Amino acid sequence: MDVSIRNVRKEFDRYPALHNVSLDIRSGELIALLGPSGSGKTTLLRLIAGLERPTMGAVHFGSEDASHHSVQERNVGFVFQHYALFRHMTVAENVGFGLKVRPAATRPATSEIRRRADELLDLVQLSGLGKRYPNQLSGGQRQRVALARALAIEPRVLLLDEPFGALDAQVRRELRRWLREIHDTTGHTTVFVTHDQEEALELADRVVVMSQGRIEQVGSADDVYDRPNSPFVYGFIGDSSALPVHVERGQVWLKDRALGLSAPEASDGEAMLYFRPHDVELLDGCGGCIAGTVAASRRVAGTRRVELEIGGEQHRVEIELPVDHPAASKSRIAFRPKRWKVFSQPVEAAKAA
Amino acid sequence: MAATSLSRSGWQFRRPSIIPGFGLTLGFTIAYLTLIILIPLAGIVWRTSGLGFQGFWAIASDQRVQRALEISFGTSFIAALINVVFGTLVAWVLVRYHFPGRRIVDAAVDLPFALPTAVAGIALAAIYAPNGWVGQLLAPLGIKVAFTPVGIVVALVFIGLPFVVRTVQPVMEEIDREVEEAAATLGANRFQTISRVILPGLAPAILTGFALAFARAVGEYGSVIFIAGNIPFVSEIAPLLIVIRLEEFDYQGATAIAAIMLVLSFAMLFVINLIQAWSRRRYGYGV
Repeated sequence: MDVSIRNVRKEFDRYPALHNVSLDIRSGELIALLGPSGSGKTTLLRLIAGLERPTMGAVHFGSEDASHHSVQERNVGFVFQHYALFRHMTVAENVGFGLKVRPAATRPATSEIRRRADELLDLVQLSGLGKRYPNQLSGGQRQRVALARALAIEPRVLLLDEPFGALDAQVRRELRRWLREIHDTTGHTTVFVTHDQEEALELADRVVVMSQGRIEQVGSADDVYDRPNSPFVYGFIGDSSALPVHVERGQVWLKDRALGLSAPEASDGEAMLYFRPHDVELLDGCGGCIAGTVAASRRVAGTRRVELEIGGEQHRVEIELPVDHPAASKSRIAFRPKRWKVFSQPVEAAKAA
Repeated sequence: MAATSLSRSGWQFRRPSIIPGFGLTLGFTIAYLTLIILIPLAGIVWRTSGLGFQGFWAIASDQRVQRALEISFGTSFIAALINVVFGTLVAWVLVRYHFPGRRIVDAAVDLPFALPTAVAGIALAAIYAPNGWVGQLLAPLGIKVAFTPVGIVVALVFIGLPFVVRTVQPVMEEIDREVEEAAATLGANRFQTISRVILPGLAPAILTGFALAFARAVGEYGSVIFIAGNIPFVSEIAPLLIVIRLEEFDYQGATAIAAIMLVLSFAMLFVINLIQAWSRRRYGYGV
C-alpha cells in the first residue's frame, strides 16, 4: 500500500509541530523517520495512523484519501515504544484482540482466531507462550507480542514508534535483524520512528531525516551519510567537524589562507566547512591546508580522536589519527579533508541547526 | 522467579531481607492490632458466650433480629452496588476531563467523610421527607423515600461514595493512554475499548471500593436512623437494634446481635478478598 503525505501541517495549541511536510512512501518499503526529540517524527507517524488529525493537508492510502477516516477505519498496525499490551489478557488473547472486536459479519470463528494467533506467535518466535500473561515475559518478548498483535489485523501499513527504545543494546540489535526478516517475509509497508541513527541506517530502505517539524533529507543510507544536503544532516548523521571559513572566487579560505579546496558552486561570503573526522589526509608541509595545535586526544576503539585548535580563535575541530601517530599535546598537525562540503551563510545555518 | 523459589522452599516464617527491623515491626503490629481490634472483638464473643447456645439461638432466630440483619446487609449491598456504578463514573469524569470547577467537585467527593453522619442523616431526612424539597416532588408519583428502606439506601449511598471514588481514581490515573490507542488501532470502538480493555483493568480497584463501601455501610448508624423511620420489620437496621437492646440493659442480647454481624461481615469480606486475589492472579498484577 502506497502512503502519500501531502502538505501536512500540525499544530498543538497553535504551536507548530509539523510544517507542510510531504512524503511518498512506496508499497512494501521499510522507511525510517529519524530525528532528535521534538523533530516531529512521532507526530508524523501518529498522523499516518490517524491517532492525530492534521491541521492542514492530507494523508492518502493508495488512491484513497484517508484524512477523514478514523483510526479504526484505517486498518493500520501500530507498535508502541512501551508495548501497550493488555495486561489482563493472555498473550494469545492479546494477539487475537483485533480479530475478536470485528463486527460479527467479518469476525472469524473463535477457533480460527486461536489458530491465527498461534500462527503469528510462531512467526515472532514465541511458540507455546500463548497462555502466559504479558508481565511474565521479558521486554523483547513483549515487543514481539505487540508486533504479532499489530500483524494480526492484516494491516495496510505497519507503523512502529521507537519500537526498540525501551530495550537494552543487545536485544535491540537482535530485534533489528529480526524485524528486517519479518518485513522481508510479510512485505508490509513499514514506517518506524527512531532517534538512533545506527538503527535507521542499518535497517531502513530509505531514511527520512527530520528536524524541527521539517523533513531535511530523504534518501538511502548512502545518500544521507555521503551526500548530506544540509548542515543539520551533516551534523546529525555520523560524526562531523565544522569550521567557519569564507569563500572567494570559488576558493575556500580560512582567514588569510587558501585551503586548497575549490568550491565552484558556493557563493562568495561567509560559509561553514563540514567534513568527517576520519576522512582527512595528513600533510607534512603546509601550502594550502588546515593546521592546528593538539588540544586534547583520546582513544576511541581502533583510532585516536584528536581535537585541534585552529588559528588563534579557539575553533576546535576533531580529526581521527592512527593509534601509533606520534601526536603529543601541543604538537602541530596539518591536514586537508578528503571529502567535505561547504554550506554558505553559516550564521543562519548554525541557528537553524 | 519468585513463584519457583517459593514453591521450592515452601512456607517460610521469615524470608531473608536486607530491610532491618522485621522482629520489631511485626511485634508492634501484632500488639497494636490486638489492642485496637482483637481485644474488643474478643469481648463481644466473651459476653455472648455467657448466653449459652440456647440463649444465643433464641436471639439469632428471633424474627425481629433476622429482619433487621436482612435490612442491614441487603440495603448495604444495594448501596455498595449503586456506588460502584456511579462512583466509577465520578472517578472517570474527575480523571479524564478538565473542566472549570473540577477541583471543587473533587473536594466535594470527600464531604461524606468529613460530615458528622447525624448531620447527613438529618439533612437527607429533611430533603426526602414527604414535605421536603425532593420528597414533595416524588410524593405525587407515589414514591416514598424517607422512612422506608429506600431512605436507608439513600443514606448509605451518600456515606459510601468516597470509598469507591478514592480507590478507583488513582488506578484510573495510571491507565496508559497508549493502551487505549492500541485498542483503537486494532479496530476496537470506544465501547469495546471501555468494556474489554479499561474496565477489566480496573476490576480489582472497583472490587476493593465495593468492599470498603459495603463494610462502611453495614456499620453505619448515625445517618440512617434519622431517615429510616426505624419501623421494626420494615426499616429497622441491626445497629439500631443493638442500641435498643442496650437501652433495655440487655447487654447480652446486644452483644449477641453484634457477634452475628461480626461473623457475617467477616465472612463477606473474606469472600471478597478471595475474589480479589483470584482476579489479581488472573489479570497478572503482582504475584
